[in-house]
Amino acid sequence: MPKVKVPRKSTPIDMTAMCDVAFLLLSFFILTTKFKPSEALAVVTPNSVSSKVAPEKDAVLITIDKDGKVYFSVSDDNVAEKQTIIEEVSKARNLGLTPNEVKGFTRSSSYVGVPFNQLKGYLALNQDQVKTVKQPGIPVLDSTNNELIDWVRAAVTAFQGHTMDLLVKGDNNSKYPSFQAVINAFKKNEQFKFQMITNPENVPAGTELYRKNMSRAPGETSTE
Amino acid sequence: MAEMDTSGGGGHKKGPGVKKGKKLSTRVDLTPMVDLGFLLITFFIFTTTMSQPTAMRLFLPKDTDKPEEQNKAKESGALTLLLGKNDVVYYYEGILAPDASNFKTSNFKEIRDIILRKKRSTDPKDFVVVIKPDEESTYKNSVDMLDEMTINDVKRYAMVDIAPVEFELIKKTQGS
Repeated sequence: MPKVKVPRKSTPIDMTAMCDVAFLLLSFFILTTKFKPSEALAVVTPNSVSSKVAPEKDAVLITIDKDGKVYFSVSDDNVAEKQTIIEEVSKARNLGLTPNEVKGFTRSSSYVGVPFNQLKGYLALNQDQVKTVKQPGIPVLDSTNNELIDWVRAAVTAFQGHTMDLLVKGDNNSKYPSFQAVINAFKKNEQFKFQMITNPENVPAGTELYRKNMSRAPGETSTE
Repeated sequence: MAEMDTSGGGGHKKGPGVKKGKKLSTRVDLTPMVDLGFLLITFFIFTTTMSQPTAMRLFLPKDTDKPEEQNKAKESGALTLLLGKNDVVYYYEGILAPDASNFKTSNFKEIRDIILRKKRSTDPKDFVVVIKPDEESTYKNSVDMLDEMTINDVKRYAMVDIAPVEFELIKKTQGS
């Protein structure tokens, strides 16, 4: 005798709507994502409670890596300023850079981490060679020959008339003297305002800033 | 044999050799597609939140040699924090006693209470925090301490170079 078949009822759900939603969100995220350009300098930045997004335009970036080496770069949107900076530096230090070497600085995502006496040779390298070369960093620790002062001065001259954001991006493990030397280079050029790039962090609960934020936004509830 | 009869057995059997006119359903199972969609969404969500660095502002005081131009802070209202090696924080209130009796050792976890205690016990207009990182402290230490100023809503603070006396004291404390 055959078994009595229990009619198995499946509940077919119409997935079309869900699929629509999924791909709508997907397209949204694809469009809003801005991929980080692969950075040649691996720097782990510290955390801070600051919620201000770091500027990307008109930015002069000083990077301090984990060994305390200092690098100088300018945001890619400011090609004209980059040109002026490198020409100023060339003039101030009598480097006599050729137009081809100037191009080595003005191309996108370029950065400099060599002393002035090696700059000419460094800028002559092409994009692939730059990645493999080991840079000693801009000499800053010697207070009589802080070469970053010249770089910052050139940047200030180039950005004259419109806003410039000085950014410092330091590695967690870099020692304080490099940072201090960078600050000194700013001070020497009368630049008393700068920003430090950090990763966002939640404000610890129960602190004064936390209470202040809460009182400013009474509708928001604690996430704890 | 591997095929399953999904027609539900509802159709009546025709005679042998007679081909069944199969009705092809246009329904596509969208479940894998939804799976894929959400997988990609999670990927993009994670990548977007990761790449949004923030910036912390810092205003530097102007270096001046003229004493009349310097901001005078009342000594009693000052709290000096010295950042040393291995995330150790040394601190003293007011001015450093000649015998260094008010020179104390702390760390980043406890320093918040110390700042807050000092803040409550002093007049707001006299309260000033002086941060002095030494050569062995890391960049993270400095940023953390500046962040601590924001967290505790300290209005006046300054980052100053360490004095030789204080550096000696740190050396001595580390040695003991």
